[in-house]
Amino acid sequence: MDILPILSTLRRHKITAFLVIIEIALTCAIVCNAVFLISQRLDRIHMQSGVAEHELLQIVLTDIGVTKDEKARTLTDIAALRQIPGVTEVASVNQAPFGNSSWNSGIKLDPKQRVSTLNASTYYGENALQTLGTQLVMGRNLQPDDYMDFDDVVKAAAAKDPKGIPKVTVITQTLAERLWPGQGALGKQIYLSDYPITVVGVVKDLVRPSIFDDAAAKFSMVFPVRITEGQYLIRTAPENRDAVLKAALEKLKAINPHRVVLKKRSMDEMRHDFFQNDRAMAGLLVGVCVALLVVTALGIVGLGSFWVAQRRRQIGVRRALGATRRNILNYFQTENFLLATIGIVVGMVMAYGINLLLMVHYELPRLPAIYFPVGALLLWAIGQLAVLGPAMRAAAVPPVVATRSV
Amino acid sequence: MLRYYVDLALRSLRRDKVLTVLMVLALALGIGASITTLTVLRLLSGDPLPQKSSQLYYPRIDPNPRNGYIEGQTKPEAVMTYVDAMNLLNAHRAKRQAAMALMQAKVAPLRAHERPFYSDGVMTTSDFFTMFDAPFQYGGGWTPTDDANRAQLVVIAGFLNDKLFGGANSVGKTIRIEDHDFRIVGVLKDWSPQPRFYTQELGGRSYGDGEAVFLPLAAARAIDITPNSVNCFASVSDMKHLETQPCMWLGLWVELGDAAAVASYKEFLAGYANQQQSLGRFQRTETDLPDLMQWLRDEQVVPDDVRLQAALAFGFLLICVVNTVGLLLAKCLRRSGEIGVRRALGATRRDVFVQFMVEASMVGLAGGLLGLVFTELGLWGVRHQPAQYASLAHLNIEMFLFTFVVALVASLIAGLLPAWRACVLAPAPQLKAA
Repeated sequence: MDILPILSTLRRHKITAFLVIIEIALTCAIVCNAVFLISQRLDRIHMQSGVAEHELLQIVLTDIGVTKDEKARTLTDIAALRQIPGVTEVASVNQAPFGNSSWNSGIKLDPKQRVSTLNASTYYGENALQTLGTQLVMGRNLQPDDYMDFDDVVKAAAAKDPKGIPKVTVITQTLAERLWPGQGALGKQIYLSDYPITVVGVVKDLVRPSIFDDAAAKFSMVFPVRITEGQYLIRTAPENRDAVLKAALEKLKAINPHRVVLKKRSMDEMRHDFFQNDRAMAGLLVGVCVALLVVTALGIVGLGSFWVAQRRRQIGVRRALGATRRNILNYFQTENFLLATIGIVVGMVMAYGINLLLMVHYELPRLPAIYFPVGALLLWAIGQLAVLGPAMRAAAVPPVVATRSV
Repeated sequence: MLRYYVDLALRSLRRDKVLTVLMVLALALGIGASITTLTVLRLLSGDPLPQKSSQLYYPRIDPNPRNGYIEGQTKPEAVMTYVDAMNLLNAHRAKRQAAMALMQAKVAPLRAHERPFYSDGVMTTSDFFTMFDAPFQYGGGWTPTDDANRAQLVVIAGFLNDKLFGGANSVGKTIRIEDHDFRIVGVLKDWSPQPRFYTQELGGRSYGDGEAVFLPLAAARAIDITPNSVNCFASVSDMKHLETQPCMWLGLWVELGDAAAVASYKEFLAGYANQQQSLGRFQRTETDLPDLMQWLRDEQVVPDDVRLQAALAFGFLLICVVNTVGLLLAKCLRRSGEIGVRRALGATRRDVFVQFMVEASMVGLAGGLLGLVFTELGLWGVRHQPAQYASLAHLNIEMFLFTFVVALVASLIAGLLPAWRACVLAPAPQLKAA
């Protein structure tokens, strides 16, 4: 197929050609970035939590901290919950993954440091790791004799008595790698305020209850502290969750009918709620992408049709001079391919520019290189599909047109 | 003459129905998307108290230890300790001032068989209502004396009054909050300024419903109601008596009438920080006094996603306009013969130009009309999103008119190029070719 005659025709239709190019370029730039944003959101939505999500239930009761016998009551609650058929583990905790309300603390690697190295979430609760079902990759779990009562820890902290502060912690792999890259965290010390704490175990993953920064989403620590906040995590087989939740609520109500249940949900629901904004945004972006591609395709169809109508006589002449239908079809397809190619090249540059802008304002990573070839293929395909109709109509122009209306 | 052009435009548009529908649809989609996102953006970055916001200021001081302070980078704290809030409050250096914290309160139902429920609340001081222009349905706020006496009084929101008393005047009645009797002194009308400026950093939402109960700070603390958000900067010995602890949990708002008052309050604030430093309480003396809108900007209340959506929508509109330019141009080129005839029969370039612009603006008006439908659909979609601000997304008159302006401008811009091309065509060759 000769490209030169196409180029010379396009030169005579500069504005129309330019419009097609601009439209394809803009679409390319926006769609590339939108798809990238969608992929970012999907990555987030599918973030690993490191816990047995399908097996966990969360119940939060009103703060029972005011009453005097909170410790005894928590023990009663736990004992009652354990008796429910199907329940494998129970823990009274201070927070839960994807729970949105979180306890956090700054960590120092050297007590003399003026500014914390980073901020990580702090999980408390006897039996918390076993209930959550985290996977221990190094060291040991927290053991019964590590544990202290939260109230005693608070009192010890107030009295600046290091004996009353937990000595050990279990942290996540991500946190270990961030604090001591490539060194192995076991036996290393971190400092909370001025108190040294030794890392005795590392778990594969444990996501924070609220994620301020995706890079720090798995900066979690678990401390051997017993807590009586009225928040329970219950582990059971996925198929028993509904029945166990119902039974648990009944038991808790029987123990003390005056408490108000603030939350009763499965961790699946918690994950669903946690990422609902991301899901909505991803859906919106998908909608915009589809609309953009459709509008662009329709634009090409419209312009193509007019081009064909305008050139009916030339097509007739070419047909009369011996051009086959295939030649005519190819002519329009090649023309579209050329325009699309220029549009894609311009669009890629623009896509890169927009990405740079987003990187500055929204802390987005760089657009992966794979988007460029894939985006190009997609736009070429859409261009070819869109021009097919008008091109076929052009190919159907009979040679006899050449003899008419001159 | 214009009527004739309108007639011509209608004929032309009717001749290529598919193309017309295409143009209108594309333009409408672009406009629908842009106006939807713009409505949301405007709503979210709006002024919560337009008549008052320029007089409201949010003092910020910094009681943190020297550790971690980076000169020029560290901003003063967003919330205050009880001691500082009370010192500043009792200095009465502003026209009005109120300290506040958010809370959750158990409200007992009036009928025996119903379960108690949890409501959002504010514990604050007496100037709160007058300073924020909170409108009352019945009664009013409490007095500074009530603050001092820890009087168990409460102002309730209209929706709570509807729920508990069926909307009747409930001033003088008592309700049970956290198992204590509180006497109702006022019932607010629907009042929930958006964005929720005074809940920032106090553990509240940025958008959405207002609080149900407003209690005097001293009375609420006397029955151990805890604030939603407490941030401590040193070891704490007793979480129950927050007032004496190195913990920040109160926001302070002041009303300052004019620039002189602002300048003198700034001076007062700086003086206070220096004084506290010399007393050994403070180790940092940075202070700040943003006004309401500046405070909202500092807090970055408008979600990034919303900005991104607006940018995306305008990109989309741009593509739709380019698309319309292309289609109008193609159409105009095909009508060269017709233009030639009109020119030969005496139409001036200006006439031809106006004729094509009329056609473009008709596409624009149709696009705007359909765009309005899409906007309503879009806002309906936003209302069903899981965002805090979802329920607020409604089209107002301004945006309604703005839609048409955008549509018209977009279509006129789209029509410029084709109309210009049409009017510069030399008539003779066109006539020959035809």
